Amino acid sequence: MQVQFELNGTSVTAEVEPRTTLADCIRNDFRQTGTHLGCEHGVCGACTVLVNGEAVRACLMLAAQAHGEKVVTVEGLSDDKALSPLQASFRRHHALQCGFCTPGFITTAHALLTSEPDADEERIRDVLSGNICRCTGYVPIIEAVLDARSAYGRQEDK
Amino acid sequence: MKLPAFEYASPATLDEAVALLAARDGNAKVISGGQSLMPLLAFRLASPELLVDLKRLRGLNEIRIGADGVRLGAKVRWYDIETDARLAQAHPLLAEAIKHVAHYQIRNRGTVGGSLAHADPSAEMPAIAMTCDAELTIVGPKGARLERAANFFKGSLSTSLAPDEILTDVRLPPWPAKRRWGFLEFARRRGDFAMAGVALHYDLDEQGRVVEPHIGAFGVADSPIRLPQVEAILAGATVSEQTIAAAAEAAKQAVDPPSDIHAPSAYRRALLATLLERALRQSAA
Amino acid sequence: MKVTNSYIGRPMERVEDLRLVRGNGTYVADVNRPGQLYAAILRSAVPHGRIRSIDASDALRVPGVHRVLTAKDFAQTVPRISLRLQPLPQLEPFQQPMIADAKVRYVGEPVAVVIADTAAIAEDAFDRIALDIEPLPAVTGRPQADADSSLLFEEHGSNAAITWKAFRGDADDPFKGADYVRRERFKIQRHAAMFMEPRGFVAEWDAAAGKLTVWGAAKTAWHNRRVLAAAMGLDEHAIDLIEVDVGGGFGSRGEFYPEDYLIPAAARVVGRPVKWSEDRREHMMAANHARDIECDVEIAATRDGRLIGLRGQVWADIGAYIRTNGSVGPRNVAQYMSGPYSIENIDVKCTMLLTNKTPSGTYRGPGRFETDFIRERLIDLVAKDLNMDRVAIRRRNLVADSQMPYPLASITPYDSSTELDSGDYHALFDRCLKEFDWAGKSAMRGKLIDGYYHGLAVGSFIEGGAAGPKEDARLVLETDGSLSVYLGSSSVGQGLETIMAQIAADAMELPYDKIRVLHGSTSHVKDGYGAYHSRSTVMGGSAILVAADKLKQRLRELAAERFNCSTADVALDGEHVGYAGKSLPLSELSTEPVEIEASFYNKKYTWAYGTHCAHIAVDPATGHLKVLDYLSIEDVGRMINPATLHGQAIGSIVQGLGGALLEHLVYDDNGQLLTGSFADYLMPTASDFPRIRSITVELKPCPNNPLGAKGAGEGGIIPVGGIIANALADALAHLNIQPCELPLSPPRIWALAEEAKSAQTRA
Repeated sequence: MQVQFELNGTSVTAEVEPRTTLADCIRNDFRQTGTHLGCEHGVCGACTVLVNGEAVRACLMLAAQAHGEKVVTVEGLSDDKALSPLQASFRRHHALQCGFCTPGFITTAHALLTSEPDADEERIRDVLSGNICRCTGYVPIIEAVLDARSAYGRQEDK
Repeated sequence: MKLPAFEYASPATLDEAVALLAARDGNAKVISGGQSLMPLLAFRLASPELLVDLKRLRGLNEIRIGADGVRLGAKVRWYDIETDARLAQAHPLLAEAIKHVAHYQIRNRGTVGGSLAHADPSAEMPAIAMTCDAELTIVGPKGARLERAANFFKGSLSTSLAPDEILTDVRLPPWPAKRRWGFLEFARRRGDFAMAGVALHYDLDEQGRVVEPHIGAFGVADSPIRLPQVEAILAGATVSEQTIAAAAEAAKQAVDPPSDIHAPSAYRRALLATLLERALRQSAA
Repeated sequence: MKVTNSYIGRPMERVEDLRLVRGNGTYVADVNRPGQLYAAILRSAVPHGRIRSIDASDALRVPGVHRVLTAKDFAQTVPRISLRLQPLPQLEPFQQPMIADAKVRYVGEPVAVVIADTAAIAEDAFDRIALDIEPLPAVTGRPQADADSSLLFEEHGSNAAITWKAFRGDADDPFKGADYVRRERFKIQRHAAMFMEPRGFVAEWDAAAGKLTVWGAAKTAWHNRRVLAAAMGLDEHAIDLIEVDVGGGFGSRGEFYPEDYLIPAAARVVGRPVKWSEDRREHMMAANHARDIECDVEIAATRDGRLIGLRGQVWADIGAYIRTNGSVGPRNVAQYMSGPYSIENIDVKCTMLLTNKTPSGTYRGPGRFETDFIRERLIDLVAKDLNMDRVAIRRRNLVADSQMPYPLASITPYDSSTELDSGDYHALFDRCLKEFDWAGKSAMRGKLIDGYYHGLAVGSFIEGGAAGPKEDARLVLETDGSLSVYLGSSSVGQGLETIMAQIAADAMELPYDKIRVLHGSTSHVKDGYGAYHSRSTVMGGSAILVAADKLKQRLRELAAERFNCSTADVALDGEHVGYAGKSLPLSELSTEPVEIEASFYNKKYTWAYGTHCAHIAVDPATGHLKVLDYLSIEDVGRMINPATLHGQAIGSIVQGLGGALLEHLVYDDNGQLLTGSFADYLMPTASDFPRIRSITVELKPCPNNPLGAKGAGEGGIIPVGGIIANALADALAHLNIQPCELPLSPPRIWALAEEAKSAQTRA
């Protein structure tokens, strides 16, 4: 079947089996491999993408269900020339080691801070508890997200 | 863990959706948020021939608050409940319970209808439906029927939904402003399925005695349950430490919880009693 | 002007991050080769049995399925996976065939490889393969293993592989002179590294050139290449193992597994590139398990609290086969039980038992996590029995600076002994207590506050690192004046590219941004060893220093020719060479790149060390345990990059908390693995342990390598189990609960409290 949706700002079309997940479609049909598969059963969060601005687990969505929607992956939040404020904050705080879970944290944190730039530490931890990291122990990830809030228009900084 | 092969349909109307299910004689399944169904497919624990996506159906995602109570359309998501400011007053028990469901990304997709139809014995929405004596609207080839929660849940992952029926909404009875309620669950980590949980509400008469107690428990049986033995102790009594202790003891006797790799039966039984005590104290404060 | 770099010691932002935060990393599942087919591996669902037949004819009718390969398609005699570490001949009978041939011995053992147009189709084929296995009784624990009525290896006659013996001092009578002896049994659960990127390979066979290329290497590529070459009947140099970005290893990824052979061999059989991506359910039954031990041990002390002996028997449930490093954990449990404490007499045995479970191997701090749990629990029990303060008894017994080098227990067979190299264990112990505010927090011990009882614990540990024998580095001064550093070391996420660039920049006195580091692939250096036992910084880093010295000498020689002077008169200053007022940029010294390859040899382990403190609160009614504060302090001799080191320390501690409280690979009595998903195998998440602190110091450099560094990266995990259990016992001291088994899940804590309460009622 044919699916058509917007991927990182560009309209794309793919011929897929109905059983193709959004994650596999992004990775295989469009070769955007920043979205990672850590579990394929909706727990680890490494596959998180934004659908219509909302963070979702791409392994729990069929490509068919994304038909007509707007999908943004970590590549869509990136720019060759400079790191985004969130990415720079991750680097500054050493919030990644092997980097495999990182795209999922970036997309999730971006969704969170876009709608809740004033999120406090407890809220950030709560939201990020849906993403598993085995390397960092989370402390620097939380610090990186807290530090990135000013770039999203945090009230305190206004 | 690639999914088994299936066909996919995305009908425009409810009638079309029902017809598609009916035509496959039990081999088709509804998909909406997919947060419970997709993992089942990934583990190949289900292999339907056809998935019927409710994506295009209109009008099933509203939260309506009126004289008949709180109506949740089947496609209402956890995120929709979380962000509907009216519910803090209109149904604080529902609002509190839903805070415990899963994680951020799942809450953007997971639905009320999906959770009820999936009927995990440790899930919050089925527990709320059971405790509050919810009324479910179910549409099939012969039209719509109403089902009480008590008759809907048949067992672990099993409901009275026929393969050609679709749950379209759930109505929670009206919630008086002075109602007392409590909700407590205990899970290994934030967002995990509860090892046991309690959802309860009751009203008080002018003498401060309990009227119409609804005491529900989840994670302690193969479906969410009410605890009539506990309700019997509370009805007409004041919520004193003595009553609470008696209620907790009755709860222990009333259940025979399953054991699994996370928790043995004896622990769940004791946990239920502890949570009931604490939820009752919460409600009386 | 003399250039003196000091990148070493700076918390440089990582060069790897520039691609990883953008999602531009290349992990093996991101690698695709033209014309590739996909493999899926059919695994035994039976824990123990004899293979009668495999009929794939129905599977071959599925459109898109190309081949179903079984043992006979690979080799007449299926090669066995050899031991990489402690390769004793007496362990050879228990080596795993690279695909099941006559028997299956664990749920998850590879039985067939399906090759298809897509991974989904390959999985579809599983149901159509008729696997006829005659079931045999499963050995699922020590009682059945000991009974020997069902044997995994009939010829061996027993399910006990070998017994390691650790001894020191008076092994015959280690308890001579003891006033007091305490005996206990402990059990640690089976759990695993569970790195986030599942394994995978892409293999391509070029029949015309007779060359095999495999993407997905990690950790020990050169060793693995030798094993693969032997298994496939190829010359080593016909194979290239390429390391791309690696999503965590923790001691488990990168060892030679069946799939390391099956996928390349399948590519040669089918004549097209073959891609395999492990899924998570498969990972739980296929990748090495770890830590499954129980023991019966005794500790002896004088009445004034001097620990004089440790004695006992440990049983390690190592699963169905000994894979590449299955001995390391069990051996370490025995050899390192005394840890940083001066305990003169040691007699500890560890017997490895074969069971019908997934084979085990190393996982961060192998054997050390387990043995520290045992020892720290024993010390707290001794303190209680002797009515001594837990802090005082540790101070009394920590190895003193003046005792260095301090010999640890020796171990046999594959005899080895080692000694603690340098360190001021007491200084760190005291500093930890102070930073933690042990004195201030002590007021809360045993108190019930808001429904939770509070408890504290302290414990010290040692961390061995820098396993030899050697590591290679190849430095290439490119014609543009930049420096390429090729390493035998492997990246598993630890920031190798950054750390090694810091070391190279300082050694060559070149600008940091003129250096790039390439690692892990067999095409990079002639021979490499890899990343394990926290060795990369010491071994790879020291190899860079050795190579840099040689390269600088070579550059002086080239300059001497140009300036027509002696080598000794050449001034080498950063990016320039000079003589008598003349100066040349390095890029002009040669029209070809200047290349030097060198090795660093090492026989002595380094020993990082430190102390942890924890403050926990527990609700015995629910069994809920909260970690309110956790502090670690470690001396690593010399820090190359404090940021990456700190990151590893925190990550390591959180893994330890997962092991202490959450993680468990559970088998039922029939040998079925019940843990099949992340809903079953619980890992720490962001909301579980918010307050973790770590301090790293450079107090006592290591005398045994030019960097002065000690391998570090595993220390954080090592003492966590014992610390948490001791803090729990402290919190519920009024009930006298004695945690002896991990994980300390809520049901286990509740049960301990309930048992204790009934015992008190009975008393």
